[in-house]
Amino acid sequence: MLNAQLRLSESIFGKPEEKATRDGFGTALLELGERDPRVVVLCADLAESTRALAFKEKYPKRYIELGVAEQNLATVGSGLANYGKIPFIASYAAFSPGRNNEQIRTTISLNNVPVKIAGMHAGVSVGPDGATHQALEDIALMRVQPNMVVIYPCDAEEARKAVLAAAAYPGPVYLRFAREKTPLMTTRETPFTLGKANVMWRSENPQVAILATGALLYQALRAAQDLEREHIAAVVANIHTIKPLDKETVVSLARETGAVVTVEEHQAAGGFGGAIAECLSQEHPVPIEFIGVKDRFGQSGEPPELYHEYGLDAQAIAAAAKKVVSRK
Amino acid sequence: MTTLTDQKIRELELKADDIRQTIIKMLVEAGSGHTAGPLGMADIFTAFYFHILNHDPKNPFWEERDRLILSNGHIVPVRYAAMAHAGYFPIEECMTLRKFGSRLQGHPERVRLPGLETTSGPLGSGLGQAAGYAYGARMDGKKFRVYCAMSDGEQDAGNVWEAAMFAGNNKLSNLTAVMDRNNIQIDGMTESVMPLEPLRKKYEAFNWHVIEVNGHNFRQFTDAIEEAHAIYEQPTLIVAHTIPGKGIPEIEFDYRWHGKPPTPEEAKQFLSELRTLRGKIESEHQ
Repeated sequence: MLNAQLRLSESIFGKPEEKATRDGFGTALLELGERDPRVVVLCADLAESTRALAFKEKYPKRYIELGVAEQNLATVGSGLANYGKIPFIASYAAFSPGRNNEQIRTTISLNNVPVKIAGMHAGVSVGPDGATHQALEDIALMRVQPNMVVIYPCDAEEARKAVLAAAAYPGPVYLRFAREKTPLMTTRETPFTLGKANVMWRSENPQVAILATGALLYQALRAAQDLEREHIAAVVANIHTIKPLDKETVVSLARETGAVVTVEEHQAAGGFGGAIAECLSQEHPVPIEFIGVKDRFGQSGEPPELYHEYGLDAQAIAAAAKKVVSRK
Repeated sequence: MTTLTDQKIRELELKADDIRQTIIKMLVEAGSGHTAGPLGMADIFTAFYFHILNHDPKNPFWEERDRLILSNGHIVPVRYAAMAHAGYFPIEECMTLRKFGSRLQGHPERVRLPGLETTSGPLGSGLGQAAGYAYGARMDGKKFRVYCAMSDGEQDAGNVWEAAMFAGNNKLSNLTAVMDRNNIQIDGMTESVMPLEPLRKKYEAFNWHVIEVNGHNFRQFTDAIEEAHAIYEQPTLIVAHTIPGKGIPEIEFDYRWHGKPPTPEEAKQFLSELRTLRGKIESEHQ
């Protein structure tokens, strides 16, 4: 059952309200605009779709347009942060950190200045735009850079809180968002602490831990509910902060269950699943199954059919859970 | 900036000679690094640290200081040497260049050494950083100036032109870029590797004010800096024509000296030539 302490939405398994995580970004920027004059927003010709537009309209002097120039988005952001501002740099994840990875590495991470990188339209769920715009490598790119924090919120409300937490954190942060509307699972009362995972669901005596990041957490919860009906007990954790990883929670769930499934809308190699495997192989080795894109590019389509094609939906997660339990 | 008297010019020339000697000593001790660029920019860095910059070597994080962003990080020995001579750290520390545990990394890292302002090495990223810095400072009505030292070779990089477009569009008049126009890059002469000219017209088309000077003439360079301060609607680019390897006649203009240090024997010879040059400066001004 759902963790009552987290004050989650009551309609998760009914008809949950849907909102895109990028909308949570837009809402948080307005709050930050009001509360912290150091916050500035930089965008590379995508104000509307990154949801930076409302900030631009309300705080035009603190909105900086870069044009279609993602390398300069990173370097100008670095200069502003070095001076003393808190810049959020927004573009599609395929371009930032996709195109400007070296500028981020040298002028933001190594330079250790507090630029907040907002990567939008991540994952295959961008849908019809196709593979060029479906970033599936960005978590891998960002989590291997020293000093960089990586956060992937599960819904629009958590996205809002993540952006506020990123602004308060004194170093560089990568935040990953999605284009499509996805179910709201958390509420304003749900706690959010950077670096601290939330256990969302727990069946009695769980045999498998499903560790999910981002909006696919919803598919993981659906899978856990389906598994319970089949008498397979699962525990589901929301790992919104991929780096620094909440090793304590991850290891304790692996210890408790002896089997893990990782879930992410990203390449299965090098991303969130990789981070979990690195942690558990050293701390408490258990069988792991990886839900993610398996060394393929995305393609055009609607999100549900793409989730199905790439094995990212509740059905695939439940199958992976059964498989990993059988490997114990 | 104070008035540049003939006496002051003589002091700067002597200081630049000292800095060149330190550069040679650092490079031979390190056993790797770049020779031509640091020697070619020694006069400009001397002018910055001993005449132009509003700074305090004992208080490198002073908020109102002018900012000097170095984009082409590989010439950092000239910056380290100038900083040491200006009093940021002991001159002996220069001999730790490129060694394990040193604050003087092969390419500059802001977090390791106070006063460096930023981290650079991969080319083409300094102008954008300087533009962001200048933009932020202008938002807050800060009076300090932002300078960006960059190379001509790195003008090949697209990021430079993205930054040039941004700075011109935003009329960042508190930003002054200084380009080391020494016409060499690793694979040869800039105009044969990837032609850059007409540089003046290119920057003017991006709404920059452009001034060309002899990068070894303190009077010309200082006048250009003053002119840049007087321009209110545009960022300024000073194209400083320099001689790579300047000060040591047998390596001047030779692109093969871009990326290698002198051997101990060569260093001995170079230092003796720089001491002779010092003697000449002293006698000419008497």
